[in-house]
Amino acid sequence: MKWWHIALIVCLLVAVISPLASSSPDGLERVAEDEGFLAQAEDSPYQVIADYVFPGIENEVVATILAGLIGTLILFGIACGIAWLVKSRREERAG
Amino acid sequence: MHIPDGFLNVATVAATYVVSTGGVSYAVKEANKKLKEKHVPLMGVLAAFIFAAQMLNFPIVGGTSGHLIGAALAAILLGPWAAVLIMSCVLIAQSLIFQDGGLLALGANIFNMGIIASFSAYFIYRLATSVLGDGKRGRLIAGFIGAWGSVVVASVACAIELALSGASPLAVVLPAMIGLHAIIGIGEALITGAALSLVLAARADLWQLQKV
Repeated sequence: MKWWHIALIVCLLVAVISPLASSSPDGLERVAEDEGFLAQAEDSPYQVIADYVFPGIENEVVATILAGLIGTLILFGIACGIAWLVKSRREERAG
Repeated sequence: MHIPDGFLNVATVAATYVVSTGGVSYAVKEANKKLKEKHVPLMGVLAAFIFAAQMLNFPIVGGTSGHLIGAALAAILLGPWAAVLIMSCVLIAQSLIFQDGGLLALGANIFNMGIIASFSAYFIYRLATSVLGDGKRGRLIAGFIGAWGSVVVASVACAIELALSGASPLAVVLPAMIGLHAIIGIGEALITGAALSLVLAARADLWQLQKV
């Protein structure tokens, strides 16, 4: 196993415990509520996996875990892909 | 600290999109010069970890919660431009797929939590290690301070954008944002410190990669 296999498993475990997260408003939401501009917030014109709950699954814990796992894998793939695309090719040319 | 659509006015949306587009383009240029094959899996793991950890809101005071930003961890391990790329991936995916952070506010969110948080963390960390030394202890304490500072500085940027947009006067929104994020920043510092200790214990060489 390479180090990043283990690291990715740790990330997926973090996603699995995500239903334990506090559902209280975050710092910005709290300020928006206290200062009376929270109502200005507009909903997105479309929804994919809105609010980290996978649509069409009744059990919210399962839907949250699924959203977390999908997102974690997507981010790993996208960031590796972009890093691979933009990385320096100098070594290869020299070699 | 993900700004939804509706809070920012057109001028602030436009200005932050211009600055963030420029910042991300420059980050790509820097990565093109310095990023090596060895950086690739670490970029992926950091993006995955930051996404997952951002879902874990922790309670602070008075029915309010906070979550990791993660820019400090990325900037300290890989350098500020690499951190800007990682944070942009996370913030774009959160906005497009998870409807967290508005589409129009994406420029501001990348500016605050990508560019501002990464660079403030990196500079505070560098400044702190120059005082505390580059040993394990010095680096961890510097990481802790850098992580805390990155959240507070990002909240200042966010407050200024809200004030410029007319959402709330600066004299009100600035102390409110700083006050809450000074507490949320402690969570950021603890998580960043724990992650950095884990890297030191398991794969200290990953921290020695060239900074981008």
